[in-house]
Amino acid sequence: MAEKLDIEKVKHIARLSRMELTNEEEEKFAGQLSSILDYVGELSKIDTENVEPTANVTGLSNIMRADEVEESGVSQEDIAKNAPKFENGNFIVPGVFE
Amino acid sequence: MLEKLTIKEASEKLTSGEITSLELTEDVFRRIEEVEGKVGSFITLTKEIALKQAEESDERRKAGKTLSEIDGIPIAVKDLFLTKGIKTTAASRILDDFIPINESTVTKKLWEAGAVLVGKTNLDQFAMGSSTETSAYKSSREFDSTTRNPWDLARVPGGSSGGSAAAVAADECIAAIGTDTGGSIRQPAGLCGVTGLKPTYGRVSRYSTIAMASSLDQAGPMTKTVEDAAILLKIISGHDKHDSTSSEREVPDYSKALTGDISGLKIGIPEEFFGEGIDPDVEEIVRAGIEKLKSLGAEVIPVSIPSVHYALAVYYILMPAEVSSNLARYDGIRYGYSLLKSKSNVIPNSFRDLTASDGMLNQVQHDNSHKLSILDVYEKSRAEGFGDEAKRRIMLGSYVLSAGYYDAYYKKALKVRTIIKNNFDRVFEKVNLLVTPVSPTPAFKFGEKVSDPLSMYKSDILTVPVNPAGIPAISIPAGFVNRDGHDLPVGMQIIGPMWSEENIFKTADAYQKVTDWHKRKPQLT
Repeated sequence: MAEKLDIEKVKHIARLSRMELTNEEEEKFAGQLSSILDYVGELSKIDTENVEPTANVTGLSNIMRADEVEESGVSQEDIAKNAPKFENGNFIVPGVFE
Repeated sequence: MLEKLTIKEASEKLTSGEITSLELTEDVFRRIEEVEGKVGSFITLTKEIALKQAEESDERRKAGKTLSEIDGIPIAVKDLFLTKGIKTTAASRILDDFIPINESTVTKKLWEAGAVLVGKTNLDQFAMGSSTETSAYKSSREFDSTTRNPWDLARVPGGSSGGSAAAVAADECIAAIGTDTGGSIRQPAGLCGVTGLKPTYGRVSRYSTIAMASSLDQAGPMTKTVEDAAILLKIISGHDKHDSTSSEREVPDYSKALTGDISGLKIGIPEEFFGEGIDPDVEEIVRAGIEKLKSLGAEVIPVSIPSVHYALAVYYILMPAEVSSNLARYDGIRYGYSLLKSKSNVIPNSFRDLTASDGMLNQVQHDNSHKLSILDVYEKSRAEGFGDEAKRRIMLGSYVLSAGYYDAYYKKALKVRTIIKNNFDRVFEKVNLLVTPVSPTPAFKFGEKVSDPLSMYKSDILTVPVNPAGIPAISIPAGFVNRDGHDLPVGMQIIGPMWSEENIFKTADAYQKVTDWHKRKPQLT
């Protein structure tokens, strides 16, 4: 199951993760991630035929509340405090489309 | 000298009028001044706020309006809990200018109970680590400003709640709060000689606690005694409508469980947690601890939990997967470190505009003629803001969730998780609790594991199995080993089935009633 990660693969994962890596980091992570993946790949040895996955241990699901509008206690002014660029209730960003 | 008190002792003296919260808080800050330069537990100290809260507590007490047993007690909080108006960083550069606009449920409960905030303690960045070395603050690259183990300043305090553990051990607070996703309360508690509990998953609300792995994270008390942990757990527990994974189950008065009577309690000793890979001195101390429990009337039964050694692999697939999802929010758009933060009012169109006005970009490579895109904002803000360990885990997570690998890694891990949980359930049909070491070694030296991630991960091997199963566990001091002329603490872990905190507290407290390990203090001055 485990493969040695090549640099192309690392670049692909970095793009999925929305992080830019230096060339040095790409090399380093290729090696480190490969050995970690080798280790966790040991799970392939376990028989999990007929075993259900457990995503959460509480057994809870679909916890809902009434669809009523409540005060959040947080204002747009508060939000603007930490925002890089915020104007008229909007976060300002560079264009998403070319 | 009042900083040496436990919650229980301080609370009694406050009630009787022997001391005031102001005196207690002033002594704590005096102690901090004395030792913080060596120990480095805190990222942010909140002395003015603390003194004001202490005065308010004393006034409430005079008026007969004391809020709780922790009213007026100085508490340190891991810098992973959002504290409104007080800088919260997760020990990462990506949040180095972040001031929360709301309060986490856990800290809200502390303030509603009248507690006094000493400050925000240091941690591994985004709770990722077992040594606190990955903090972007007090990084061990500058040896003089890192969180160090109060028992030997050349060694790590453990992690990720290393700051909280060190602060309790050094009497820089009366008690502290940490979080535990794979051992981050229990392991540093063990390495620093304090008591630390990870509650049952769902016992404590995760609302506005910076998320690492949502199906594994739990906040918990880190204290000088089990008695104190029981008091603090009751305060922070309970259902929260803001956290849909929090349990509606009633919160017992945990202090009432501390009867000291464990006769007939069945304690399992799982063979997989002993032997190979465990320091023989550590094992000897824990086995002596088990004998002590036997002398108190417990029945000790050898057991086996098959597949438990796969728990580390399960954890290092599930946790990074959840991390990659939870850390996606740090995108430089709404808060945190961002390419877009500029002193001018215009949206920068190119890097030329940015670097001219801000000098924000030091290490990230860029081309001055390139037009700034939204992808640049994400990729470069995150590249600059996240530390290595965060990047590593995000990448691991993205990989195991990606097309072509999801079934082999993530889905497989979820299935093995079921097997591990079932195996714990089966063993708890035979015994009430399990007792094991909490760390394979005592505190290790700085730099010893930081360049080999896998070796660092393996130091979690004894604590990690508990989190995917959602079950509670405590670490309590059980003895000391001497290394290089220093006495280093060794912790003993007690694990129980879901919702067994009362049994865990009762057993750990019974042990503390007949031993003195938890009363010893490091020599710092």
